[in-house]
Amino acid sequence: MRRRVSFPYVGWMAVFVVVPMVLVLGFSFTSADGGFTFENFSEMTKYAPVFARSIWLAFLSTVICLIIGYPAALVMSREKPIVASAALMLLMLPMWMNFLLRTYAWMSILENNGFLNQLLGALKLPPVAIINTDGAVLLGMVYNYLPFMILPIHTVLHKMDKHLLEAASDLGADSVKAFARVILPLTLPGVLSGVTMVFVPSVSTFVISKLLGGGKTMMLGDLIEMQFTGNAYNPYLGSAISLVMMVMVLASMTIMNRFGDGEESAVMM
Amino acid sequence: MSKDLIRLIDCVMVFDDDVILDKINLTIKNQEFLTLLGPSGCGKTTTLRIIGGFETPTSGDVFFDGVRINNVPPHKRRVNTVFQKYALFPHLNVFENIAFGLRIAKVREDEIKTRVLESLALVGLRGYEKRRVHQLSGGQQQRVAIARAIVNRPQVLLLDEPLGALDLKLRKEMQIELKAIQQQVGITFIYVTHDQEEALTMSDTVVVMNNGVIQQVGTPQDIYNEPQNAFVADFIGESNIIGGIMNADRDVTFAGKRFECVDTGFGKDENVDVVIRPEDFIVTEDGGQMSGIVRSVTFKGVHYEMMIDAEGFGWMVHSTLSQPVGAKVGLSVKPFDIHIMRRETSE
Ligand SMILES: Nc1ncnc2c1ncn2[C@@H]1O[C@H](COP(=O)(O)OP(=O)(O)OP(=O)(O)O)[C@@H](O)[C@H]1O
Ligand SMILES: [Mg+2]
Repeated sequence: MRRRVSFPYVGWMAVFVVVPMVLVLGFSFTSADGGFTFENFSEMTKYAPVFARSIWLAFLSTVICLIIGYPAALVMSREKPIVASAALMLLMLPMWMNFLLRTYAWMSILENNGFLNQLLGALKLPPVAIINTDGAVLLGMVYNYLPFMILPIHTVLHKMDKHLLEAASDLGADSVKAFARVILPLTLPGVLSGVTMVFVPSVSTFVISKLLGGGKTMMLGDLIEMQFTGNAYNPYLGSAISLVMMVMVLASMTIMNRFGDGEESAVMM
Repeated sequence: MSKDLIRLIDCVMVFDDDVILDKINLTIKNQEFLTLLGPSGCGKTTTLRIIGGFETPTSGDVFFDGVRINNVPPHKRRVNTVFQKYALFPHLNVFENIAFGLRIAKVREDEIKTRVLESLALVGLRGYEKRRVHQLSGGQQQRVAIARAIVNRPQVLLLDEPLGALDLKLRKEMQIELKAIQQQVGITFIYVTHDQEEALTMSDTVVVMNNGVIQQVGTPQDIYNEPQNAFVADFIGESNIIGGIMNADRDVTFAGKRFECVDTGFGKDENVDVVIRPEDFIVTEDGGQMSGIVRSVTFKGVHYEMMIDAEGFGWMVHSTLSQPVGAKVGLSVKPFDIHIMRRETSE
């Protein structure tokens, strides 16, 4: 019975998950003339700066999301339920709009004679040149991925038994100690989910860097895209880069799961 | 028993327009074992939370050692709580749960160890220190909660139905244990229960509450022998409560008959509540002040509980001798076993 019910899912997984993975794996070790090779990987070394940049920017965007998102989730959890759900709603609302559209919107805000600079001009302030910088890329990533940080943290905070804070206070903990000894450890699984859910799309993003970074500053996502659709056309190298990125993400998730102390971690939600 | 330690003065608590506590006045003496007793939802936990600092009364004052503490947060009060819902920390094991307060107080590591193990032994959970709290049964969790509070040696311990999840035998053992701790260490206990037997056997003072109002404060003997109203009489042990009319001092009519009693000071023809405890009836095979028929008999261990219809009322009677169902019996009561209570006119 259980087998029969699970069959469609197994089928789905086989066709849309396992097969593509195997293809990527195969392509990675294939040379342009179809033979077996490690060349794709050795060729990758010349893109080391792109790797470094992507990881660095993804790291920054994750940290910024955490710095903004954690307090936001904390504040939300202390509000009345109606206020909290309203805040959650506002947070989700932009996510229902197309990702490209949102990013184009930022482009027109940040442009040299865009909305921001017009506003600054109207206030008699000097214009800023943000568009086509790493700052703009970061801004785009933080804007797009912040909800993925807040939501899992909010979820664990929401589920946390409020009596635990009373118990901590009863045992002599002021609000700082209660945070450090009770709230923080109990929300760690949420933080780990949030970090993963922000870092993974950040490290592989290509639209944001293209639109807001002006394409000059390449990231891993752009590099891979180029191998498949650009003039550089080389799907074998593209597959190899994807494979390396996947291994990196998997490795970092495994390490973070260790921090989460097994049973209570919910990294994959 | 010495000086007054905690005083609640005219404490009123209102939640969402509902008056949950109505003008609570209560004095708790240092080193006293005081029990709040009352039915579910009467406001026991709320009273305890006011003393613990988790609620601020809507109006009224709370004094601790003569100082008004209405706005003092819980972590600055010399009070620890055993919560009704335990509230153990799920991310810490048993040892660390109990050590929590000591670590905050920066107690030395070796002392933490001895004190935690000591209190674990006290609640009979030696050897459980490495366990995670969700691996424990409800009763074990409850005992960890007790250990976590006691280990801090607070001046006042608030216990919210701390033995509710334990089986009868363990419950009795823990009652003796807690009472011993309270007397040896000299901690003031404010204890919440809805088990009247527990309240009577453990306490120095019992506070009976109903609907957010204190009904009576007194020693267990006072409360049991001299209940101030029908509610207290009914709540403390099962009772027969019936309406009656005072004819004169020491002369009351109920169930259509005149009885001699010992109460004075009521008005002539005043409507009163008459309370007779089941164990105070004298059952005879014939004669007696009332004659009745046995409706049912239940064996209760030490005694039989019988429902006897007499003079148009059903009486609950406890006796060590049983009578067969359907038998005609006589019922009598001694004058000092008839308790006359003023009618609550408000209800
Ligand atoms: N935070 C709150 N908001 C609204 N109503 C509350 C709140 N806390 C308690 N109450 C209400 O106050 C009343 C008294 O509650 P309390 O918890 O003090 O009862 P209790 O005597 O401890 O009962 P039990 O024996 O069932 O634990 C209940 O009717 C409850 O619904
Ligand atoms: Mg309660």
